[in-house]
Amino acid sequence: MHPVELIGVSKSYDKAEAVLTDIDLSIEEGEFFVLVGPSGSGKSTLLRMIAGLESITSGTIRMNNKIVNHLPPKDRNLSMVFQNYALYPHLTVEQNILFGLRAKKVDKAEQQRRLKETAEMMGLTDLLTRKPKQLSGGQRQRVALARSVVSEAPLCLMDEPLSNLDAKLRAHMRIEIRRLQKKLGLTMIYVTHDQVEAMTMGDRIMVLNDGQIQQIGKPIELYNEPANLFVASFIGSPKMNMGQAMIDNQHLIIEDTVNLPLNVAEIPQVIKRKGITVGVRPEHLLYAKPEEANLFLEIINVEHLGHETLLTFEVGTQLWTAKWLGQWMLEVGQRVPLKLLTKHISFYDSQSGQLMQAPLNKSQLEVVAL
Amino acid sequence: MKDTAVILSDEKQIDVFKAVKKQKLVRFLKGMLFLMPSIVLFSLFLFYPLGRTIYLSFFLTDGSGDPTVFVGWENYLNLFTSPIFLKSLRATFLFVLYTVPGTILVSLFLAILANEKLKGIGIFRTMYASTMGISVAAASVFWMFLFHPTIGWLNQILQALGFNSIGWLTDPQWALLAVSISTIWMNLGFTFLIMLGGLQSIDRYLYESADIDGASYFYQLRRITLPMLSPTLFFVITVTFINAFQTFGQIDMLTRGGPQNETQLIVYSIYQEAFMNYQFGPASAQAIFLFIVILLLTLIQFKLGERKVHYQ
Amino acid sequence: MTMSVKRKVLLYLLLTLTACIVFAPTFIALMMSFMTSQEIMTGQIIPSSLSFENYLEVFQRFPLMRYLLNSLVASLLIMLGQLIVASLSAYAFVFIDFKGRDLIFFIFIATMMVPFEASIIPNFHTIRDLNWINSYQGLAVPFFAMAFGTFLLRQNFKQIPKELKEASEIAGIGDFKFFLTVVLPVAKTSLLTLAVYGFLTSWNMYLWPLLATTDDRYRTVQFGLRQLQSQEQLNEWGIIMAGAIIVVIPTLILLFLGQKKLQQGLTEGALK
Repeated sequence: MHPVELIGVSKSYDKAEAVLTDIDLSIEEGEFFVLVGPSGSGKSTLLRMIAGLESITSGTIRMNNKIVNHLPPKDRNLSMVFQNYALYPHLTVEQNILFGLRAKKVDKAEQQRRLKETAEMMGLTDLLTRKPKQLSGGQRQRVALARSVVSEAPLCLMDEPLSNLDAKLRAHMRIEIRRLQKKLGLTMIYVTHDQVEAMTMGDRIMVLNDGQIQQIGKPIELYNEPANLFVASFIGSPKMNMGQAMIDNQHLIIEDTVNLPLNVAEIPQVIKRKGITVGVRPEHLLYAKPEEANLFLEIINVEHLGHETLLTFEVGTQLWTAKWLGQWMLEVGQRVPLKLLTKHISFYDSQSGQLMQAPLNKSQLEVVAL
Repeated sequence: MKDTAVILSDEKQIDVFKAVKKQKLVRFLKGMLFLMPSIVLFSLFLFYPLGRTIYLSFFLTDGSGDPTVFVGWENYLNLFTSPIFLKSLRATFLFVLYTVPGTILVSLFLAILANEKLKGIGIFRTMYASTMGISVAAASVFWMFLFHPTIGWLNQILQALGFNSIGWLTDPQWALLAVSISTIWMNLGFTFLIMLGGLQSIDRYLYESADIDGASYFYQLRRITLPMLSPTLFFVITVTFINAFQTFGQIDMLTRGGPQNETQLIVYSIYQEAFMNYQFGPASAQAIFLFIVILLLTLIQFKLGERKVHYQ
Repeated sequence: MTMSVKRKVLLYLLLTLTACIVFAPTFIALMMSFMTSQEIMTGQIIPSSLSFENYLEVFQRFPLMRYLLNSLVASLLIMLGQLIVASLSAYAFVFIDFKGRDLIFFIFIATMMVPFEASIIPNFHTIRDLNWINSYQGLAVPFFAMAFGTFLLRQNFKQIPKELKEASEIAGIGDFKFFLTVVLPVAKTSLLTLAVYGFLTSWNMYLWPLLATTDDRYRTVQFGLRQLQSQEQLNEWGIIMAGAIIVVIPTLILLFLGQKKLQQGLTEGALK
């Protein structure tokens, strides 16, 4: 039994443009599920359809094995946190938190019990008599969360709840929301356009673009094995380095400028020899001693982040970035010896954008399990 | 597994479809319920009477307003051959010609003055706006005195300056102008407030940037203020136009349409025809004429107003 | 921006001059209301003593108290009626999405093109047939529905984030409850603006009360002024002016209190 299940769900306005096409999705109980995609990808629409705020053009939505297509939001037993928090400006924090319980005519004593508990949990006890206008952004956010928590609905939907906060607070709230969700055992569907948020918070992520599912998977899967070029460039920061490539007699030629020896037998899934796009994560563009290097590139920009250094190179028409741990004192214009290993390269079909061959050694090096 | 799911949803699909349809109906009924008071009242006091007026305009009526003889277009034809109605038309158009530009120019001038950031500007704004709080009847009383032939201030000032007194409200040459002057004064408060609102919504940065460019006061007025104010101006002009066509109170108080029907504006003419002479048929024809004029004016405003919105 | 002294002086001069002219009729009336007939005839500007004689006189000679009460009741009725009717329909236009909404909205716009004067004859007959001549409902009910008020409130309701409505839907709050407990309190300033505007215009209404009442027990102040003014022949200007001043005081006070809000409200309702 899944708390939420979507079968062939589509949405279009005025029968013209499709906002969402053929979405199939099952969400597990107690899961933190993130919908991520650029603006206009349809992720918010999808969330609002699950909430019942938006009608469905075709397909079926089921909650706990029951079709809910026609049910109004209030009968779906869920709570929702909005981007602008949707706090009632004329009500105090307490009244805001209790708004839904009063509507549902929950017993007075029970209301107070839940209020007290929630306010304590969210650190709002001293703010209960204030109006939303008298609160800081972070406090408002917590009131919105409290309203959701107090409803004790097993399913919680969040629509970009952190996008109005500054970077520092956002990082903090990410952890707080995550902790809350685990503690209460909520099933969470969380919409964001920020891939960092998606990666750090989600148990599973669905990447959406142009109303179509690009990939569903665990954060690490998405990072290591992006199903197509869109996911590859969307997930990860700095983004994956890409280049047009062809294979010519045991050689990989990238952007007509880089020429690497290649053992074709290592990449059996790459059948095509032309029209290939290769991708390399910045951390896989390694420094090498000059004698071990298979690639020399000229630095065109250096960014010092403190714990790591970002270097930008020009490769054909592309800008590639390398991410090296530690502090490297390098100058623009310097030519650096680099090592690029076949096992770190992912191969895509340039035409369809689909993944042909994932990097080979992901499980050996990258994922450390204790 | 997948197949059974599809079959299951097929069965349920009909129920779901019904439920969605019902929700739409419920929403429609709810919407209508909220709109019901407006719809009922508009029907009873606006649409029905409008239709009834059109209907009556083709009839002659008895004293209680029930139609007796169908006369077709005759009421309308009579209107445009009746010297009194033609005079009333002429008076109305002259009145519009005096009051609309007068009101707009004076209140624009006042609004620009009052938009300066000076100490105590609030007092001046309040004084300018004050005429909005003064009813037509009270204003007419005030002006009745000012126009008084012997003790009225206007004539006293004229005499002090060595001119002859004017029979402001009794001289056919002056009566319409006198009523127009008092009307401009009555309009001022409202138009001033709206224009001040329009001026205040213009972004300060535009002026600051123009100042840096060294643009003169009048250049800024012409190039920034007036274009940016154009939607407001347009609205105010239309409202003043429509108000001018609907003028009644000051005529009734100051001149009763006289002297020699010089100030018999159209609404006063309707009033006289309907409620003094009990000629509801011809009066209805006049009312329909008024309706058409105002309809056209409003349509023009919507059409042109739409275009102006793009400026912002 | 700094302003030169010369420009400041010029501005103040212009402001003072124009303000004097604009305010003169009101000021003169106010002064006259304290003067004796003697003083008025001799063309005095400032009364020699602050005498309330004229005010006492006007209340004694005319049923002015009754007129004031009638105007108050009728204006409050219209104000309340407009608020209720306009806020309900504005709510439907903003928060309920139903088929035919755009058509009805268009009809609302169309009502602005029908001047009240064009339908006044049948309206008079309707009121007469309802036996509403000489009644408060006859004075007030025809003005309850008002497109302008609906637009003004609709404009304001639209600024309420739609997420508030959606949060209420999730919480299971019905439309009418949401309207009462959220929309009305949140939009209270614009409701107040509309109330002031409604009261002002109703208090100052002239033609309709003239037709809809024939009995002193229901006449309004504006008609009272019409009657007062016929005293002009007697040259009792002091009394007339005292009456007029009494009539304008409530609206002037309202205007002074609500000027800022009114200005914002009217500009908004008019231009968007």
